[in-house]
Amino acid sequence: MTTAVSIAHDVATGATTASAALESSLATIAERNGEINAFLYVDTDRARAMAASVDERIAAGETVGPLAGVPIAIKDNMCQIDVPTTCSSKILEGWRPPYNATVIDRLVAAGAIPVGKTNLDEFAMGSSTENSAFGATRNPLDVSRVPGGSSGGSAAAVAANMTPVSLGSDTGGSIRQPAALCGLVGLKPTYGLVSRYGLIAFASSLDQIGPFTTTVADTALLMEVMSGHDPMDSTSLPEPAPSLLAHVNEGVAGKRIGLVKELYEGSDAEVLESVRRAAETLREAGATIVELSMPELSLGLSAYYLIAPAEASSNLARFDGVRFGNRVNAPDVTAMMEATRTAGFGPEVKRRIMLGTYALSAGYFDAYYGQALKVRTLTIAAFQKAYAEVDLILGATTPGVAFPFGSKTKDPMAMYLNDVFTIPSNLAGDPAISVPFGTGEANLPIGVQLLGPGRSERALLAAARVLEIADGRA
Amino acid sequence: MSDSTSPLRRDDVAKVARLARLILTDEELDLFTVQLGQVLEHANDMNALNLADVAPTAHPYGLTNVMRDDIITPSLAPESFLSQAPDVQDGRFAVPRILGEAP
Repeated sequence: MTTAVSIAHDVATGATTASAALESSLATIAERNGEINAFLYVDTDRARAMAASVDERIAAGETVGPLAGVPIAIKDNMCQIDVPTTCSSKILEGWRPPYNATVIDRLVAAGAIPVGKTNLDEFAMGSSTENSAFGATRNPLDVSRVPGGSSGGSAAAVAANMTPVSLGSDTGGSIRQPAALCGLVGLKPTYGLVSRYGLIAFASSLDQIGPFTTTVADTALLMEVMSGHDPMDSTSLPEPAPSLLAHVNEGVAGKRIGLVKELYEGSDAEVLESVRRAAETLREAGATIVELSMPELSLGLSAYYLIAPAEASSNLARFDGVRFGNRVNAPDVTAMMEATRTAGFGPEVKRRIMLGTYALSAGYFDAYYGQALKVRTLTIAAFQKAYAEVDLILGATTPGVAFPFGSKTKDPMAMYLNDVFTIPSNLAGDPAISVPFGTGEANLPIGVQLLGPGRSERALLAAARVLEIADGRA
Repeated sequence: MSDSTSPLRRDDVAKVARLARLILTDEELDLFTVQLGQVLEHANDMNALNLADVAPTAHPYGLTNVMRDDIITPSLAPESFLSQAPDVQDGRFAVPRILGEAP
């Protein structure tokens, strides 16, 4: 598979052109998207113009950025000027943003070519991409199964070789879980490291943008381009982008890595075997493995499924038919808002808005939302205690491999349980990465998860690289 | 799976729907009463704890107000977003009647 690192190198040195790299990407999309439904919109003309512009600059002897000519797919909850942006919801169908998300500006400035917008669970609420108003995305590795979610379209685009890299967003595991289910590297960065200006908000204290790639080096490269302070996002960390790519091979010698029981218990046998082998691999590479128990993490799921819906119920109040998106007309404004929201939102979005509104309502606030915020404190304290003893933490990303369509849609709680290992990092604001390691049922990929304290991306990528090499992937 | 132990009643769900500006069918009311009840039941693991002495955390790294110099910078041209609005009149967003006066 072609990587962003190799495409950018070949384009910059003249071994290929940005236009050739883009045409290869567009040809694969044309061939496979009908079946996979990874892309909701392919921005062919604009992408061709951007690629031609990169080629012209190279021909003129100008310096080009570190992602020159790299096609990239964008999850359809990030704004790009004049490119239809839907959040996979009927309420936004047809809307074209008047501004770019900061990540789009930074990618384009680095020479990347955004080729289109990818499918997701409506407003990023889901773990299978079955909640899209525009049809589910299929897992390219087994089209009878889900690609995971909510960033399922972005994961499938890379797994089907439609683009070498893509962007997702992760509120409770929405990058790491589909990365695991599609056999990719997926990183949820430290909260505030990547600007969220132009990311349509789901749960603002949890959301982070991050990449899907086939290699750890590509993740490092994309993070270097996207990170760094952005005055347009008040939660953006006031510091420059970290240096990552030059350090991916620094290994894990001397590191202490915690193997946390609550982050793999209850998983399928093959997943447990992958986690055990990953620990052994890291130990052989010079790390010390420390078995830990963090019982507080088991409470994370309950806290998350009150905090995220509470924040969503507030964030999604803006979709009321007044300023953007679709409107269903009615004689007065309240009836118009009710008709618009009732017609525009799908069942999972309604479920979460209802749950959040209930958790925030008078009489229940302390019992549910208030209690969840206290559990969040316990989660953060548990990580702080663990990181006094270890540098990084190892666990599973998901309890099992990609599941068949429809197997969890009838029971929301069963679907939510799929996020049990990924949620704690979002509650803590800490980074975590899923890296493919071994296979399970039906030869489908398994992801193991590495977690670290805030700003530990460099150590996480180096550890993930050790596993990538041992898995024979690069 | 039964809603007999659910902390949530159908009337609660109907009230929340009104607050959230959603109109639910009778079937949706029944379904959501059960499904939301299951999530709240799962949250009982949390509610069994005595957390009276634990401070709440609303935000992972804490939020501080961000100030910038009071300098005028370019902003979006009104036509760039008005062109995407459901209804516009005289360069403004237009909505149906808000107050209860005669039309």
